[in-house]
Amino acid sequence: MIEAHELTKRYGSKVAVDHLTFTVRPGIVTGFLGPNGAGKSTTMRLILGLDRPTSGSVTVDGLPYAQHRDPLKVAGALLEARAVHTSRSAYNHLLALAVTHGIRRSRVDEVIDFVGLDQVARKRAGAFSLGMGQRLGIASAILADPSNLLLDEPVNGLDPEGILWIRTTLRELADEGRTVLVSSHLMSEMALTAEHLIVIGRGRLMADMPTQELIARSSGQVVVVASPDAARLREALAGPDVTVTDAGPDRFEVRGLAAGAVGAIAARVGAVLHELTPQQASLEEAFMTMTRDEVEYHSHPIPPETAGGAPDRSAA
Amino acid sequence: MTSPTLAQRPASTTRPSDVRVGRVTFGRVLASEWVKFRSLRSTWWTLLIAVAAMVGISALISWARNARWSQMPPREAAAFEPIITSLRGVDLAQLAIAVLGVLLISGEYATGMIRSTLTAVPKRLPVLWAKTLLFAVVTFVSMLVSALAAFLVGQQLLASHGTTLSAPGAVRAVIAVAGYLTLVGVLAVALGFIIRSTAGGIATLVGLLLVAPGLGQLLPSDWQPHILPYLPSNAGAAMYTVRADPTLLSPGRGLLTLVIWAVVAVVAAAVLLRRRDA
Repeated sequence: MIEAHELTKRYGSKVAVDHLTFTVRPGIVTGFLGPNGAGKSTTMRLILGLDRPTSGSVTVDGLPYAQHRDPLKVAGALLEARAVHTSRSAYNHLLALAVTHGIRRSRVDEVIDFVGLDQVARKRAGAFSLGMGQRLGIASAILADPSNLLLDEPVNGLDPEGILWIRTTLRELADEGRTVLVSSHLMSEMALTAEHLIVIGRGRLMADMPTQELIARSSGQVVVVASPDAARLREALAGPDVTVTDAGPDRFEVRGLAAGAVGAIAARVGAVLHELTPQQASLEEAFMTMTRDEVEYHSHPIPPETAGGAPDRSAA
Repeated sequence: MTSPTLAQRPASTTRPSDVRVGRVTFGRVLASEWVKFRSLRSTWWTLLIAVAAMVGISALISWARNARWSQMPPREAAAFEPIITSLRGVDLAQLAIAVLGVLLISGEYATGMIRSTLTAVPKRLPVLWAKTLLFAVVTFVSMLVSALAAFLVGQQLLASHGTTLSAPGAVRAVIAVAGYLTLVGVLAVALGFIIRSTAGGIATLVGLLLVAPGLGQLLPSDWQPHILPYLPSNAGAAMYTVRADPTLLSPGRGLLTLVIWAVVAVVAAAVLLRRRDA
């Protein structure tokens, strides 16, 4: 269980994490979602005591991480930036970590086997591909069989098979009663992996709710209707809370009425229906709507060249 | 890069069984630092260079002195002292030790390894103590053996101009050279923690050990006796010099001065390590 209370981190004048309060519960996979630069990695570093909070606090299983006597047993982490000496072999890297907690050597071989790095375990980690580096990171995260797992963008650089493997592994770990916090900027990935979502933007908490609820809430109520009797049906649907917008010939979108209600009205006025589709927003859309104003680096369209040349150019 | 077979096989679906996990103790942190120390090839190369410098350069100087004995200018001949001559490799060995000391920690900051280290030992300070202790022991043992070898080889090569280990000050000089290099090593580890970058740490140490004594000569001459003897390299020279030198401290005060340098650096490193973000 990870509990953050009013967690805040400033770097100079820049606020990376802004009064975050949340709880990550055991038994489920919690997605930690936000655009790049939203403060996900900083929050993870604060949880692990790598960075000191400017104010507020965060505990892992009831204590600040650094106060645990067997920290690796409490939390295992895969941090986004590589945390491995490039000239050391994967085996020795894991062994050095294991030795700090008196973990037997054979455990190192076991986790290496588990992540599938046994053939390269004696090679220098600097020669690893991104995907292999991620696997090594996962091996170090599970080394001491921790009750909390923090994984920062774990699917980065993994092939489809590796991604599937991560998903299953995370589910299993959560099913065993562990707390699993996985960050990502990929909403589609989180929709498949996480049961609960914590969404942040510019360091602030934007949502903390079950994945399904987040999707449902952001969907609004949009029903796509196609009918040869479009004009008549639109008239019948009109009401104070209902908006109807065009969506092509004989097609329109209805906001403010459920699909069933639209169908009932169509039957009453005798309008033929070719299509009646309730739209569910994807998590992607939900997220985009929510964080539109919170992304740090927007891309702006390049203004088109003015035809005929700019007037000030002739003056020069 | 090295081999075309550098590939991963599919990950396993059965997770490894239970494991017993103990508490983090200082002994375990020390053991972990030893794993890290021995598992980098650069460690052994740099240490080998220190040994080679200590023994090889000392032997070369001893041999040259003896071979050119008759051509030696009178002033040099008067200043000749066989014990120091056979230990002159210390000047180069200190650089290798300084580089290795800085690298032990700057290498972790450069690669990101420090995040793994401090996640395993989030109390942080045991890492500083363990690295410092480990490197001090490794340096003292390896340099004591090297200095003894340098002395014995050097006296052989000095032939009739040489002396023996039973000469007054000989044993003290051999031990003091190892002690000086050990304290330089401690200073280097501490500076590595403070500065974090390899280039910055090494530049600072070279400045302190080699450049500062030269620059000090530019000071007003009545200031010099109050500053120059307290520089680390001069304090070290005081420790192992056999013939009394009025510009240097006594061996005991030289040792004390260098210990103070090392302690101040380690304390500064400890304060910063606790306070800063990793």
